[in-house]
Amino acid sequence: MLEIKNLHASVDGKEILKGINLTVNKGEVHAIMGPNGSGKSTLAKVLAGHPSYEVTGGEVIFDGKNLLELSPDARAREGVFMAFQYPVEVPGVSNAQFLRLAYNEKQKHLGAEELDPLEFKDLLKEKAALVEMDASFMTRSVNEGFSGGEKKRNEILQMAVLDPKLAVLDETDSGLDIDALRIVAEGVNKLHSPDKASILVTHYQRLLNYIVPDFVHVLSGGRIVKEGGKELALELEEKGYDWLKNSNGASAAKK
Amino acid sequence: MKASAVTDKFAAAFNDVVVRQSAEPSWLSALRQQSFSRFQEIGFPSVVEEEWKYTNVAAIAKGEFSPVTHVNGAAIARQDLDAWTYAEAPVRFVFVNGIFRQDLSAQGEAQAGVVALTLENAAGDDRFADSIRQTFARRAESDNGFVALNNALFAGGLFLRIERNVASNYPIHLLFVAEAVTGKAPASSPRVIIQAQANSAATIIESYSSSGAASYLTNAVIDFEVEDSARIQHFKVQRESANGFHIAATRANLGPKAKYETTTINLGGAISRHDIDVVMDHEGAECAVDGLYMVEGNQHTDTHSVIDHRQPHCTSRQLYKGILDGKSRAVFNGKVFVRHGAQQTDAQQTNKNLLLSNDAQIDTKPQLEIYADDVKCTHGAAIGQLEEDELFYLESRGINPALAKNMLTYGFAEEVIERISIESIKRELDSVVLNRLSQGAGVSGLEVLK
Repeated sequence: MLEIKNLHASVDGKEILKGINLTVNKGEVHAIMGPNGSGKSTLAKVLAGHPSYEVTGGEVIFDGKNLLELSPDARAREGVFMAFQYPVEVPGVSNAQFLRLAYNEKQKHLGAEELDPLEFKDLLKEKAALVEMDASFMTRSVNEGFSGGEKKRNEILQMAVLDPKLAVLDETDSGLDIDALRIVAEGVNKLHSPDKASILVTHYQRLLNYIVPDFVHVLSGGRIVKEGGKELALELEEKGYDWLKNSNGASAAKK
Repeated sequence: MKASAVTDKFAAAFNDVVVRQSAEPSWLSALRQQSFSRFQEIGFPSVVEEEWKYTNVAAIAKGEFSPVTHVNGAAIARQDLDAWTYAEAPVRFVFVNGIFRQDLSAQGEAQAGVVALTLENAAGDDRFADSIRQTFARRAESDNGFVALNNALFAGGLFLRIERNVASNYPIHLLFVAEAVTGKAPASSPRVIIQAQANSAATIIESYSSSGAASYLTNAVIDFEVEDSARIQHFKVQRESANGFHIAATRANLGPKAKYETTTINLGGAISRHDIDVVMDHEGAECAVDGLYMVEGNQHTDTHSVIDHRQPHCTSRQLYKGILDGKSRAVFNGKVFVRHGAQQTDAQQTNKNLLLSNDAQIDTKPQLEIYADDVKCTHGAAIGQLEEDELFYLESRGINPALAKNMLTYGFAEEVIERISIESIKRELDSVVLNRLSQGAGVSGLEVLK
């Protein structure tokens, strides 16, 4: 589904990603871990097409298409979704209006049926139940005045509505209390299916108790320095990221 | 051009008004004469004057206008008004080129306690003359040439009184329509005095529209007298034609514990200038003076606001927002005065501007002058562009960049539009804002925001 080959990217002229290689197949859940500044959030943003990040080398193939040639909105319509670490507030535009607009843009792209406000309301109600969100959030402006946890749940709600092939969750667990974390994780698990894939970007192992990854990749200094199964996350939790620095010659192994 | 050459163009019209209004009280005739002399002396404002530094009205001074002093062949009929009326406001006072037109107006169900008559008639009526005279006296010494010209030329004005303890059942709509009737561009001088007597309440809608893209001048003076514990909500919607000039002075005098809330939406006009003054010369008065200006192309809009705290325990709130596209230019000058002894004043003022183009220009100057020591006052101005992160967020959900830009701009405007408590005005403005934004962006489907 997704193939990242020797990806280099910089921000403000400073190279952050220094050759990332990663293959994600349908049905898989991948966790990207790493210390602060390792480039893991940059990777997520580059996949979504954030304009501040410049790709200086390598390629990303998504479902046979060159993802890097697509604009951010085109990537979304193709089925890439990024849940933001810091979701943006959009005053004056209600959550329901925003979601229906985004949903219909995608339907239009797929040649599928667009929904009127009433039809959409039904769909929204069903999806909102996944993340235990109250109907009152639908008439409020997007993320405005939402608590940190509500914003993250709103991200997963958007993901549920847009039904992406590839979900990239950028530090979705940060700032969540244990209940919100459970709700968010359960939402993600319910949305997962054999024809979809997820990439979880996280600093801590905690999220991975709830969403169990098939593969764990550890980033450091803009490169993948260690890879393994879910047990690698536990090992990191126990030994800390300093362990990587000390494990001389960490392999930039290709999968 | 010499000032006299400019003001002479209005002399024939002034003489015409003097003849036509010969029945009006002598104090009013004297005021007209005095104001016309004043206008001849000072002419239209120029950019050397501090208050007009950024707004050049040479296009008006040089223009050839035909001042409208009486009903003169305007062809607008009742059914033509439908596009500009609001279902919630069945009580409607219609003005064509500034002249009140009883035949086009609608009283709705007769409302006891809401008195409306032409300003000229009211000025000669003992029941109203004293208060009208006082209101005029406040405008008599104006050093603003436009106000002086309105004093001299207005005809077919309206006096509206909401009597003591009466709450108007419906919003009252003052609908001003501009229509070209001769070869020359009409110059209109709308004049309205609204008097809310003690403990009364009303909602006033003041809207400006035109029946075409013609050039014309609207030079309006609107006064509110909000007496003891009266409450006025005032919504002004300025949608003049793209070639129209809109000059307006609004003033509200607030009595003890009076409340005046006004929201102005400025969308139209080649040049528009709005002077809004709220005077709180009694304790416990309260005002909210909000607005939105949205300009594009070569439009120029200027808001000069003065909120004057003269007595203790008064509260003012001000939020003005601006959206500028193309090569447009906007001016916001907001003065808040807290006079000697006006203790326990609570004043907040904010002006925020969104520049959608690198060629647009905003001059903003919030000013707070405080001469009392026990007050709570804040003010601020901001100028910004759409945030890259916000645009990216919307785009990352599959929304194309043009639409994302429109949504964020719409969201910026919405905070002010939401203050208008009349649903059909809100929806009209949503549609105007969105349609204007979508021009040239190749965007459709914006109705989804409704």
